[in-house]
Amino acid sequence: MPEAPMLEAVDITRRFDVSRPWLQRALAREPRMMLRAVDNASFAITRGSTLSLVGESGCGKSTIARMAVGLMPPSGGEIRFEGNPLSTARAQPELRRRMNMIFQDPYASLNPRWRVRNIVAEPIRAFAILSGTQAITARVGELLAQVGLAPADGDKYPHEFSGGQRQRISIARALASEPDFLVCDEPTSALDVSVQAQILNLMRDLQQRLGLTYLFISHNLAVVRHVSDRLGVMYLGRIVEQGPAETIFRTPLHPYTRLLLDAIPDLEMVGRSRTPVGGEVPSPIAPPPGCPFHPRCPLANDRCRAEKPEHTQAGEVMVACHAVAEGRETV
Amino acid sequence: MALLDVDNLTVEFPTRRGTLRALDGVSLSIEPGEILGVVGESGAGKSLTGTAIIGLLEPPGRIAGGQILLNGKRIDNLPYEAMRHIRGRQIGTIFQDPLTTLNPLYTIGHQLIETIQTHLDLSNADARKRAISWLSEVGIPAAAQRIDAYPHEFSGGMRQRVVIALALCAEPRLVIADEPTTALDVSIQAQIITLLKRLTRDHGMSVMLVTHDMGVIAETADRVAVMYAGRIAEIGPVAEVVKHPAHPYTEGLMGSIPSLERRVNRLRQIDGAMPRLNAIPAGCAFNPRCPKVFDRCHIDRPDLLPASATRAACWLYAGAPANA
Repeated sequence: MPEAPMLEAVDITRRFDVSRPWLQRALAREPRMMLRAVDNASFAITRGSTLSLVGESGCGKSTIARMAVGLMPPSGGEIRFEGNPLSTARAQPELRRRMNMIFQDPYASLNPRWRVRNIVAEPIRAFAILSGTQAITARVGELLAQVGLAPADGDKYPHEFSGGQRQRISIARALASEPDFLVCDEPTSALDVSVQAQILNLMRDLQQRLGLTYLFISHNLAVVRHVSDRLGVMYLGRIVEQGPAETIFRTPLHPYTRLLLDAIPDLEMVGRSRTPVGGEVPSPIAPPPGCPFHPRCPLANDRCRAEKPEHTQAGEVMVACHAVAEGRETV
Repeated sequence: MALLDVDNLTVEFPTRRGTLRALDGVSLSIEPGEILGVVGESGAGKSLTGTAIIGLLEPPGRIAGGQILLNGKRIDNLPYEAMRHIRGRQIGTIFQDPLTTLNPLYTIGHQLIETIQTHLDLSNADARKRAISWLSEVGIPAAAQRIDAYPHEFSGGMRQRVVIALALCAEPRLVIADEPTTALDVSIQAQIITLLKRLTRDHGMSVMLVTHDMGVIAETADRVAVMYAGRIAEIGPVAEVVKHPAHPYTEGLMGSIPSLERRVNRLRQIDGAMPRLNAIPAGCAFNPRCPKVFDRCHIDRPDLLPASATRAACWLYAGAPANA
């Protein structure tokens, strides 16, 4: 590898304790129940690129987003930011400043009682990047202009803006600490499509101009295709397929990736009909033994039901599937 | 004759600061067996159109003009009791959120049987039999056992199947589906859409499918109406509207949808946002965002005009002959 990755996750796992209270558990003689939200996930993001994680509800993608910015420690494994373990990097304001997050819901992530200029200035003040009211006001104006708002908008409150404009404010706030690494957790899923296009274009412009690195979380594969360099597909806490986005979209290997790609209604689909894959995502509290996808998988056999597949390299792509590893392909 | 005919429907909300016109002269029709998609961004009035048709406008909202005909008979001015018999029997409704549509305190069997007996004259045993057969028809495994389960025992996708069974069990002629798959994951969405398509075709029902997801419409609908700021911007066969949109708004909307088939460097974007109801500009409501705006757009409001294979509310087509 020519350059050390900006962010690297090595075998990270996150468990949540979802047991009932102690007394009830003791009376019913139940063991503790653990939910494994993320199970041995590894990935690396190189500087200036975008890694996207996609998957359906409950697959652990937002949990990874939180761990990547240090909002939550992993229960196992390690995350490194430029080679430094995140647990120690978070203790250094100089490194902490360089990572930030954009949230899904622009209605919930801005304080309704603060003026926009204070919202955007908060990271500047928190990290003491600039001092003096004038310098800060000038910088806030610059940031607002950068995301396509007017510097005078700083005097308004969040409720005076539409959803798309609020998401621009969130982006301005995220950029205020002059980060290199941004975690974007479903940044456009609360927005209408024409506004989504504005935000996606803005994020791409900013990436090119400021050399940002993105970890992009989404459930929408079409959006992901538009933004990503690399792609990870998640199912029940595991990254089941990971590799260059174009390769995965051109030749998806894992049966779940193929299912997802087939399931998306597309404008090209006019008048076409198809047979959707049945079944639903099992509960992460009691995942099925073996490969978690086997109850829905058209290629599953006895080995898949018993043995959890490891990641194997197939060209540039890492995939966790016995059927792919054995070359057991039936169409 | 069209099954449903909405003619020049206007819905207003009187407020302290003046009357807001949420729907302004909406006209559309649905033929028997047809699926009409209604698409638009938040606040365009697509759900409101559905709510007005089934007579469930929340006061102070009211129908201020126009009429709604079902099978040639007016239903917009019916008294409450008469409308109750049309709802469920002739018009079935599927809402977005399957958890809030079902009553958590009753078993799904209870709710299905209640609906069936409200509309059809069946004994308890026959109604239960019918409920079980509908549950298996919407793909609930072991329907005879699951019928006595409560809604919380089902997953989101399964609940939406129950809601579909509830809407269809009295065999209405028209089904209004308001964002039926928005709360679901994509793989479940594909199952529900396929199910809805199959059932309505098998039972010869018409569907008004309200959604913000153009992909769902493209795959499901026969014709589509694109709404913008309380009016229909364009209406026509779905293939034409998707591939050759006539209205500049539809064109921008189609361009802004990221595609799985190809990756573009920049998505086409429509600058600005849809106007609020209290600040709809004079003339065409889209004129501040329109790339092809000219003088007349600022003065007159366009009605639906023939534009190649569709009809579009745009002055660009004012001079064009019907089959240009």
